[in-house]
Amino acid sequence: MSAALDPIRLRARLAPRTLARGVIAFAAFVALNVAIAALVVSGALDGEWYDFRDLGLGVQQLREWLDEQTADQPGWLTDILRSTTWLSYLVTALLGATGILSFVGGVLLVLIWVERRLIGRIQVRRGPNRVGPFGLLQPVADAIKLIQKETLIPVGADRVMFFLPPVLVFIPGLLVWAPVPWAPHMTYVDTNVGVLYLVAIGSLATLAIFMAGWSSNNHYALLGAMRTVAMMISYEIPLALSLLTVVVLTGSAQLSAIVEWQSVHNVWIVVLLPLTLFTFFFASTAELNRTPNDIAEAESEIVAGFHTEYSGMKFGLFYAVELGNAVAVSALTAALFLGGWSMFGLQEWVPAYLLFATKVAAVYFVLVWLRGTLPRFRLDQLMAFAWKYLIPLALLNLGVVAIEAALFRRWEGEGVVVLGGFALANGLLTVVAVRGWARFLGYAPEREPLLRPTLTTGVGGLRAVDRMRTTR
Amino acid sequence: MESTGIIIGFWALAGLTVGSAALVFVVRNLLHAVLALVLSFMGMAGLFLTLSADFIAMAQVLIYAGAISVLLVFAVMLTPLASRDNGNSLFALPGLAIGGAFALLLMFLAVDVDWPELRDAALADRAFADTIEAVGRSLVDRYAFAFQVASALLLVALIGAIALVREDGAP
Amino acid sequence: MSLSVTLAHYLAVSGVVFGIGIAVALGKRNAIAVLMGVELMLNAANLALLAFSRFGAAFEAGDAPLAGHAFVVFVLTVAAAEAAVALAMAVLVYRHRETIELDRINLMRW
Repeated sequence: MSAALDPIRLRARLAPRTLARGVIAFAAFVALNVAIAALVVSGALDGEWYDFRDLGLGVQQLREWLDEQTADQPGWLTDILRSTTWLSYLVTALLGATGILSFVGGVLLVLIWVERRLIGRIQVRRGPNRVGPFGLLQPVADAIKLIQKETLIPVGADRVMFFLPPVLVFIPGLLVWAPVPWAPHMTYVDTNVGVLYLVAIGSLATLAIFMAGWSSNNHYALLGAMRTVAMMISYEIPLALSLLTVVVLTGSAQLSAIVEWQSVHNVWIVVLLPLTLFTFFFASTAELNRTPNDIAEAESEIVAGFHTEYSGMKFGLFYAVELGNAVAVSALTAALFLGGWSMFGLQEWVPAYLLFATKVAAVYFVLVWLRGTLPRFRLDQLMAFAWKYLIPLALLNLGVVAIEAALFRRWEGEGVVVLGGFALANGLLTVVAVRGWARFLGYAPEREPLLRPTLTTGVGGLRAVDRMRTTR
Repeated sequence: MESTGIIIGFWALAGLTVGSAALVFVVRNLLHAVLALVLSFMGMAGLFLTLSADFIAMAQVLIYAGAISVLLVFAVMLTPLASRDNGNSLFALPGLAIGGAFALLLMFLAVDVDWPELRDAALADRAFADTIEAVGRSLVDRYAFAFQVASALLLVALIGAIALVREDGAP
Repeated sequence: MSLSVTLAHYLAVSGVVFGIGIAVALGKRNAIAVLMGVELMLNAANLALLAFSRFGAAFEAGDAPLAGHAFVVFVLTVAAAEAAVALAMAVLVYRHRETIELDRINLMRW
């Protein structure tokens, strides 16, 4: 039995002082929530600029105030500028850009720690724990190390094409955050073609990766780049098809409209379209170059793939962008499939962006879980999976959902009945299609399970391993 | 289209597009020329955005910068012994002259012809709000036949390209 | 510099890019560079189509208000298909002749 759950030690931990502190903290938490609830129920917050549940309202009122200030400009200024809303656009654009940049920057730093600790835990070891308390300064140490490294440029490398890829890979990593809806009024660039914008931005990274591999004048880098580009362009198709399926069902390509659809109909799209989430998620791990699809930088296979020759902060940018893209894909999954900022009415009480951030963190945890658990696919397995399995499934899904969406638009009765029917039908279709198509293609599961060797003879996870390791 | 933002945006994007298109002719490395071409595509996408064609702009980025440029780079890579110096053919100077003549002619036409165009208020009234829905509707409603022909064309091109480069006996 | 952006500006840009595309398509040795010139020309045509769709007063916004946009979608499609086939042919020619310079591929029989 693990030492922490030992009855005697447990009782010893609940010493009076600790217990008192815990009770006081809990009471304060409850009091705070009651105060917030009273405030919300009294309606004092609705639509005001200090409505903390949706920071976009404050920004809208700021914009209106700025428009009033610049409404009667002096004549010469009007002749030059020819628009009275220039100040509001400028200020709100800068606010949004600063918000996104600080969020992405902060997240990138935190992610290095989170990912390495989580993977360590999944692999029954501690993650980095040397640098600060619980290894919290590890990202700072990584950043300093990478900055002070010498950037080596290989002989024979194409200078222009060697310098560009880290920058070119970072640009889509930032641009992809533009249409993400954080709250009902908090979207930086709320385009009508948000979903298409995401697919387009995602396809920009391909060229940068190819340039990185090509310009390195290195066989391994070129091989890695070719493999990566082949994989990425193959998986763009199921990615676009699954996004198109969501657009067909909700009737709009605008991300905030999709989230509102989920909020209005009180349903998460993952319940209605499980096969689409499966396709989207798997295609995204391929676009992100993460396990099980990280043939790009399979550390044990081709040194480091397309970024073999990159050192110092150039490599740091590639690494940071890979992590940042993982969070971006988590954000998109949360927005499109898991209801975004809506939570069946909870967004009245809790700030919508906090709900969204929680969902993003949950999906990111699943991504890290996949990385820690699954072995990577071979390249030919990857390509066969994309072309022979995912694309027909995605097309079948699109056809079925198109019929269902047409039915949904013309249905006269209760929406719940129709959506429940869709959920059942699609769930059944998912199970049948995933297993049936795999079996049709020849990937039959083994009849008898193999003998499963156990690596540890005791249970208890990390502490058991600690106890096994220390020599006493 | 009067506000300063659009004017600055138009001139910057037009300069980017034309400049990088000129770079395609001038640079001495084929891959640098492909990069300049990609830059020109992005400039074009920006110009499409100033024309309120958001769907087409995203489609341009996706198809041209995302797919066709990768095709070009793959073709360059699959022809390793060919020269990559982006050299000029024997027809270079006449080609430049003809191209220059066409450009001048079209510029003259653009400026000189009295186009029946909308201005000011009518132009602002005409600003598109929702191109993706309108284009989608017209593609399956009015231009459905052309849509089917285009998809058949794409299928033929796909199969043809694969059939052309297939080695004998390979799957 | 004019004080507003009109149709003429867009058509002028389209014309210049078209001219540059012709120069590249006629004046380059490598078949892939020629294809790049053709793509530039198609882009210029797209720009002209969209400019007319935005500024044009010659047709009523009836049941086809965005005919220009639909046309551009087809041009994009055809350009992609043509690029794929042209590059496949270039690779095939390279396999036989070990070169894709258009000056060298000038025999009617191998």
